[in-house]
Amino acid sequence: MPQITADARSNMSLARRAWGIRRKALQMGEVQGQGYVGQALGVADVLAVSYFHAMRFQPEDPEWDGRDRFLLSIGHYAIALYAALIEAGILPENEINTYGMDDSRMPMSGMASYTPGMEITGGSLGHGLGIAVGMALGLRAKGGDQFVYNLMSDGELGEGSTWEAVMSATQHQLSNLICIVDFNNQQADGPSRDALAVGPEAPKWRAFGWHAQEVDGNDLTALTAAFDAARCDQGARPRVIICNTKMCKGIPFLERREMTHFVRVDPDEWARALTILDEEMPL
Amino acid sequence: MTAAARARKYTPRTAPETKVATSAMIASLAAEGYDTVSAPFGHALVAAAKTDSRIVGLTADLAKYTDLHVFAQAYPDRFYQMGMAEQLLMSASAGLAHEGFIPFATTYAVFASRRAYDFICMAIAEENLPVKIICGLPGLTTGYGPSHQATEDLAIFRGLPNLTILDPCDATDMAQMVPAMVAHDGPVYARLLRGKVPSVLTRYKPDYQFKLGRAQMIRDGSDVLVVSSGIMTMRALDAAELLAADGVDVGVLHVPTIKPLDTQTILEQAAKGRLLVTAENHSEIGGLGEAVARCLLHAGVTPTYRQIALPDAFLEAGALPTLHKMYGLDTASIAQKIRGWL
Repeated sequence: MPQITADARSNMSLARRAWGIRRKALQMGEVQGQGYVGQALGVADVLAVSYFHAMRFQPEDPEWDGRDRFLLSIGHYAIALYAALIEAGILPENEINTYGMDDSRMPMSGMASYTPGMEITGGSLGHGLGIAVGMALGLRAKGGDQFVYNLMSDGELGEGSTWEAVMSATQHQLSNLICIVDFNNQQADGPSRDALAVGPEAPKWRAFGWHAQEVDGNDLTALTAAFDAARCDQGARPRVIICNTKMCKGIPFLERREMTHFVRVDPDEWARALTILDEEMPL
Repeated sequence: MTAAARARKYTPRTAPETKVATSAMIASLAAEGYDTVSAPFGHALVAAAKTDSRIVGLTADLAKYTDLHVFAQAYPDRFYQMGMAEQLLMSASAGLAHEGFIPFATTYAVFASRRAYDFICMAIAEENLPVKIICGLPGLTTGYGPSHQATEDLAIFRGLPNLTILDPCDATDMAQMVPAMVAHDGPVYARLLRGKVPSVLTRYKPDYQFKLGRAQMIRDGSDVLVVSSGIMTMRALDAAELLAADGVDVGVLHVPTIKPLDTQTILEQAAKGRLLVTAENHSEIGGLGEAVARCLLHAGVTPTYRQIALPDAFLEAGALPTLHKMYGLDTASIAQKIRGWL
């Protein structure tokens, strides 16, 4: 059974880590004048709990074999993961202003060959969970106790390949696989629930044999408990945490903006968003 | 549906005088007058796995029909049945490769090339992972019709960066490709010959050894050069025997590696002033013939060029020998075409 190591690396609170991830994502958005900051702000709490509560890794050695694997199936969330990797000390903070630029290690969509800490090339949606199945099989064959985390979006629930992987993870009893679904109910053309009969979410995964939890993905206490439950479940089955998140979470004037996959932020609004965030800096 | 196809669909038939059964999906090309080897891929994989613990095998419900069952029986703990899910087959193979394994993933060529392409492209090839994709029923090797006939697999895969593409002729190629694929640090797509596979190449060239990336002259000839891959090398060699009886001297250059193409050897041989005929078990579009033509034009080497290939069409269903005759892949048709071109 994995040991619970609640924020063992530092006495910095998870709230402060999530704040740091949001701030770095906004800084990168400001550099490019655009980006998937809505998703980054929404998923920041999930990433904070992943990197600063649940996962084992060594910042100085991103390919350390004992690390838990974190797959970013949703390549366009790269801005969020870069922010988390910087916050975790895997990427240097002084590269923030290279985001999306020529020759940057942080391209707009996440790719394994560009970025330390980026395990796979995501972006073609519906790939991550299948790759995670293979990794989990491989780790188990090697006798490792590492977990494979796959972060995917609600939109990816529409991809048939996701469900091939869902069935396979059950078939192979992959108890070392934890899938995280960022459910912000927003895909390119509108609400995910209006696109492809996604629901009911957790019951569907349970029917497929998974340990399934549905939580408020912007509630750090709930997320921490869910990650602990997912890691400690004794069943020979894969685990999923469906995280209901709010796009643009933490920046009220953006939260109120019409929900959109690619949130529009005017040039003068980046500084305004950062000021709002800075006023709310947690301890 | 065309009017002609519709008319054919509604025309009643009677049983033919001579019964020729439709080939089963387990199409093997025995009965060609050659000695055969049983399941050369499966046995070679078992042999390689003995000394290399990184090798694992995966299939999408086609172990028996891709000779992977031989490996599954020898190494049940290193065999993964992924179910009828080709996208997962490729993604999971990528995941295992990430963890240091060398996955051999088997299915039919139609499913890998058509259904799982995006997963081979982005999960495997873009990251240059050492996944070996071994696919049955390449080109016209089944009578089941277009659902199972991968007549455009090479065209689909040739555009994919990082991917090495192999089209073996016989049991020797098939067996020797396995350690070569393991030694190659990158993804490979190999067309599979399974079941009882004939031994062809060593009959004509006793010291023949498969070499990844190399084309080799199997038979010398001063009048014609056939540049061929896969089972068409066997047919070309057989046709060369027929033509020799007519006093036509045919050389055969076997090109088992379609990509990267051994342009140096092809150009050396093409420059000798013979009629150049490409022969492939594939659509005339995007396979060996076009690859060779491009290579020749780029180099300014322009012998008289002719192509033997399948038409740009969805092919008929029926018995395999009938279909090979219909589409000109059989030995007699090849010999006849070459006579006509001289």
